[in-house]
Amino acid sequence: MFRNTYDSDNTVFSPQGRLHQVEYALEAVKQGSAVVGLRSKTHAILVALKRAPSELASYQKKMLRIDNHMGIGFAGLTSDARVLSNYMRQLALSSRLLYSRPLPISRVVNALADRAQLNTMQYGKRPYGVGFLIIGVDSTGPHLYEFSPTGNCFEYHAMSLGARSQSAKTYLERNYEKFQDADLDKLILHGLYALRDTLQQNKDLELDQVSLSIVGPGADADSNTPAARTGEKFKIIDGEALRRWMDMMEPKQIPGSTTTAAASSAAGANSGADQGGEGGASTSGEVQPMEE
Amino acid sequence: MLGLQPGSSTVVPTSAPVGHRFEPYDSNGGSIAAVCGKDFCIIASDTRQSTGYSIQTRYKPKVFRLNDKATLATNGFAADAEAMVSRIRQRLEWYRHSHGRSMPLHAIARMISTILYGKRFFPYYVYNILGGLDEEGKGAVYSFDPVGSYEREFCRAAGAAQSLIQPFLDNQIMFKNQHSTPEHTVPKPGEMSLPDVLKIVMDSFTSATERHIEVGDGLEMFVVRTPPSAQGEAIGAASVDLKAMGGVEAVGGEDEQEEGAVMVIRRELKKD
Amino acid sequence: MNYLPGQTWSSQPAQHHHQFASASYNTDPSAHTSQPIVTGTSVIAIRFKDGVMMATDTLASYGSLARFMDIKRIEKVGENTILGASGDMSDWQYVQHTLDKLMLREQNENDGHILSPSQIYAYLARVMYNRRSKMDPIWNSFVLAGVDPKDGSPFLGYVDLLGTTYSASTIATGFGLHLAQPLLRKAVEGREDQIEEEEAKRILEECMKVLFYRDARSLNRFVIATVTKEGSKISEPYSVPTSWGFAEMLRGYGPQTQ
Repeated sequence: MFRNTYDSDNTVFSPQGRLHQVEYALEAVKQGSAVVGLRSKTHAILVALKRAPSELASYQKKMLRIDNHMGIGFAGLTSDARVLSNYMRQLALSSRLLYSRPLPISRVVNALADRAQLNTMQYGKRPYGVGFLIIGVDSTGPHLYEFSPTGNCFEYHAMSLGARSQSAKTYLERNYEKFQDADLDKLILHGLYALRDTLQQNKDLELDQVSLSIVGPGADADSNTPAARTGEKFKIIDGEALRRWMDMMEPKQIPGSTTTAAASSAAGANSGADQGGEGGASTSGEVQPMEE
Repeated sequence: MLGLQPGSSTVVPTSAPVGHRFEPYDSNGGSIAAVCGKDFCIIASDTRQSTGYSIQTRYKPKVFRLNDKATLATNGFAADAEAMVSRIRQRLEWYRHSHGRSMPLHAIARMISTILYGKRFFPYYVYNILGGLDEEGKGAVYSFDPVGSYEREFCRAAGAAQSLIQPFLDNQIMFKNQHSTPEHTVPKPGEMSLPDVLKIVMDSFTSATERHIEVGDGLEMFVVRTPPSAQGEAIGAASVDLKAMGGVEAVGGEDEQEEGAVMVIRRELKKD
Repeated sequence: MNYLPGQTWSSQPAQHHHQFASASYNTDPSAHTSQPIVTGTSVIAIRFKDGVMMATDTLASYGSLARFMDIKRIEKVGENTILGASGDMSDWQYVQHTLDKLMLREQNENDGHILSPSQIYAYLARVMYNRRSKMDPIWNSFVLAGVDPKDGSPFLGYVDLLGTTYSASTIATGFGLHLAQPLLRKAVEGREDQIEEEEAKRILEECMKVLFYRDARSLNRFVIATVTKEGSKISEPYSVPTSWGFAEMLRGYGPQTQ
């Protein structure tokens, strides 16, 4: 494997002013399976690919609930994610205890970033090997943030993490203007299409492999008021409950399968129909040939 | 130690300080009670909070929904009760984070016991009654003393009017001092229907309001049962239309709330 | 408070904590407050149609000495909340400092999240309960009032040195609990959404007058603070006319010597 000098200690800069260990940590995030996050005016959602380490094992969790109004999807080292999510849960609970306030999303993200940043400058520490997409609803509306081991945190309209996430990003970049006013079903479909784009060309999304989480209006209501019952609190949806949306998806055109010759030209026409607009035309077929 | 000369073998009284030490407790009046049936549990309290002869407020809930199968009534020192309930809720939240389901009633009971005993030498001055459904779906009541000793029962009253309500429940729920006659056999405790128990609970509190100055203003009765939707056809307590009786969904506690699992029925009590 | 095991009621009223400085000394080596020194008397507050209203006089007493005549016992906490204090005035100023720090910290986040009245109340109640649990109480009774800027809902809550909390449409502390509270309840309970600002002011002025007549630690110089959806305002101190003519006829009040 390629190695840099100045990379055995994360407190030492390279002559180019880079912290190689921190950059390696970002590689750990890229190893994880893909997570996609999207936000509309009302909702924030995550979709993710789950991986099973073996035929005999169950699928790895990709999402965690932090509080009624907040949750995360992650890519990278699951064990690091667990430690950090515990920290977030603690912050969320103390906010409720001390102020009876659902923790503002931006605050937990900043706290997380500060914690990760410390690991990039303290001797003997290692950066976290995990990236988060954080969704939540607070008094300023729905939010989507990315957390990365560098200690950077940004808010997004839509974002993706993990293996082959560049393909999803391409989809999101072409379609994000539609997300704002999309209803929940539309938003989820956009998420699933983006997620599908991270798959290898000859694969399609399978029910068991997808995880979805949703948070919506009223999720941040005081749990002691009747409003809390109707709020769309953070929930993770797996398995059969997902079929509704999976069935709504346009089938993926897989080159080399049944409709061989016509596939590439049909793909353009077909996917153009599914979303409408010119963005859709390049979603399923053409964008795919990325890095392998 | 006040009044003792440290290090001397003979106890020499020194002058006792005038003025008084800070008293960290208060008693905020009110009363609570819980009764369970075969497939339901009723947990009730009045809503008055007082100190001495003063009414502080006419509405301060003393019963708290914890999850679909557990509801807690507290009585004694209100500030301690609130602090304790928020600690319990935090523990329940962590349990759900790590186990992905609600803590069962018997486990909550044991947890409350250890939380209380953990402050054995600076106790929460709170009498607790935990009511709900056990893991078989049967109604259950657990009662606690302020330092954590507890037991499972059919019914329990506590608080200011404990001495008024408990004997009434003993007679009406446990059928104490009732004897079978050829025409009428005394039923077994714990088999009464939900509407009948509701009537007894309401009577308990209207009576206590008459005779105890610290009880009154409002009554909240939490009904915990297997929700009507969870059963194919509603039987037992689930078939009782609580909405028609003015029941509303209970709020608070965990976010996973099944429709109709925990409902509150509110009634006015005399305000004098 | 006396209680026997299994008995949660008492035939005696709870002891009052608002005792004034007396010739006492303490063998306790720590610096915990064991009694209030310079004290403020009642705070009274009510809900009305557009929000909440609160009144306190401007006196801080040293025992029976009317020591400071121009003390502020109601302060703003942020834009939509006011806090009134009775009890120890140094503890009150400490709490002001604590809340100022909190609000500054929040403001510096600059992320559009503003603590609502009920959230500030939750924080204050937590601070009060924690201090009582350390046996080092903050010797005050507070009334916190505000209107949530988001949904316009009014909030009126009480918290004291024990950490005891409650909300109600009328609240009074100290002597006001005995003298003003019954009058407030009669005037307000059940009419919260009908009372106009003018009437609310009249109700509070009337109660401040009654308190001035009967509470020896009070002053006929008070402020009235109002919070509505538009924000909060605290009036300049002022007085209401009183009449003592009746006293002329009374033995012990009037000029007669025997």
